[in-house]
Amino acid sequence: MTSLPALPSGRKLGLVIDLDICVGCHACAVSCKEWNAGGHSAPLTDFDPYGSDATGVWFNRIHSFEAGEGADARAIHFPKSCLHCETPDCVTVCPTGASYKRAEDGIVLVNADICIGCKLCAWACPYGAREFDADDGVMKKCTLCIDRIYNENLEEVDRVPACVSVCPVGARHFGDLGDSNSPVSQLVASRGGYDLMPELGYRPVNKYLPPRPRKTEPGCTGAPAALAPTEDDFNGAGLLLRWMDRLLSR
Amino acid sequence: MFTVTSGAGYGMLAVLGYGAATRLLQPNAKFGLAAFALALALVVAGLLSSLLHLGRPERSWRAMSQWRSSWLSREGSMALLTFVPTLPFAVAWSLFGENSGLFALCGVLAGILALATVFCTGMIYASLKPIHQWHNRWVVPGYLVMAIMTGALWINVLLQSRGLSRPSVAAIAAGAALVGMVLKIGYWRYVDTSSARSTPQTATGLDQFGKVTLLDPPHTQENFLLREMGYRLARKHAWQLRRISLSFGFFVPFVLAGLTVAVTGRFATIAALIAAVSAIVGVLIERWLFFAEAKHTVMLYYGGNKA
Repeated sequence: MTSLPALPSGRKLGLVIDLDICVGCHACAVSCKEWNAGGHSAPLTDFDPYGSDATGVWFNRIHSFEAGEGADARAIHFPKSCLHCETPDCVTVCPTGASYKRAEDGIVLVNADICIGCKLCAWACPYGAREFDADDGVMKKCTLCIDRIYNENLEEVDRVPACVSVCPVGARHFGDLGDSNSPVSQLVASRGGYDLMPELGYRPVNKYLPPRPRKTEPGCTGAPAALAPTEDDFNGAGLLLRWMDRLLSR
Repeated sequence: MFTVTSGAGYGMLAVLGYGAATRLLQPNAKFGLAAFALALALVVAGLLSSLLHLGRPERSWRAMSQWRSSWLSREGSMALLTFVPTLPFAVAWSLFGENSGLFALCGVLAGILALATVFCTGMIYASLKPIHQWHNRWVVPGYLVMAIMTGALWINVLLQSRGLSRPSVAAIAAGAALVGMVLKIGYWRYVDTSSARSTPQTATGLDQFGKVTLLDPPHTQENFLLREMGYRLARKHAWQLRRISLSFGFFVPFVLAGLTVAVTGRFATIAALIAAVSAIVGVLIERWLFFAEAKHTVMLYYGGNKA
């Protein structure tokens, strides 16, 4: 059924991505590909994978932007995957019922068994979260690692999306954004997390944390504004004065 | 392709239904056979070509199921539903020379469903919020008028060639061409003078830092998104293509179909045929531009600065 769930549970599982500390290493994209190539939507077909025109299905892609101009410009690495929107048009445009949003946790999924590959959902998604697998003839997308987060065969610490578990700098957080007391919700509240393209009204669940203000003034890092000499230099002084200095410094 | 051919076919059905209901078109069996054969051939060709776009065409029957939320599903359902009254309507007219009473009612139903199908086609595009060039109120009227225009033009050809000319059919075609021309000029003016609310700043949420430009794309080769939504094929020559589309698609049909309101005979047949062929060429170019000029918001993540 491609109508949105009438009675959502209030749970909204999603990601919080910290643009302040993402270093653009692409590890999350690679880890996503690695897990999902054998996961719920497997395979993620690649064409000409070792050739000069390699293309294939990825659920997570890292764009790098320059924001600002001149001396104020800064490079911002920007991972982008499905935002598991609260009102996702990709679901409602689906003619077959293959696209659906789960009532219990808000995850948006594709039932590959009934997808006809019309690609309309990809057109309806403003964020480019969906990618067509030309080999399978069906649409694929981020599953929020549904086969990890509920997987009791994994250690509890590993029951997070692959992209979150691999991030070397802790720029990705996973949790329930429907619960205002959850750590991710607190993080969003304290850091001013925001929606992408809020003007379109898709109400993404995933949130982005803005880069913190740049530290341009001396002292704003918490370090002293200038280094004070650690020791007065009495090397040139005579023996008596050096002895007095040591004595008085006690 | 699908929308142009099936649009013309559904337009023909709408004109035939209208003609039967108003007794404008006499139940001439030979004309009926030719008209329904052409209309249904156009519709079926369009439907089949749309199936070729699917990754899994064998599952297409499933597309009927989600009419509650999906305009594509509604279009598919309407397209099939149109056949129900169309078949008795077509058989009675083209085999038994009958198009009044119950069959006229079938004709009216067929015409309404045919236009409803075209309406749904237009809504598929008009409902897509990420594409500013589609998500506006010019799109659906354009689809409807172009379907009626191309349908009426082909009915006009078949009538003229059998010496059954009906000035009102030619007038419908010429009128639709005029309205279509106004709609397309209005559409292009709207597209040129307005822009999407989404920008690279809103797409990334980095507006507080100022201008946002792409530094490094996420991948070196094209992916599905760029192949599907990023093609700038016709944009370079968009201005010329618009002029060609306006001339072939609307101006020529308006003049020549308008001519056949007054003139009959062999000359009128040729004029009607040129008008119909010219309209199809023009509308094909219009449809190509409609896709080529569409700028999806996903391109904002790939260095596009406007959606």
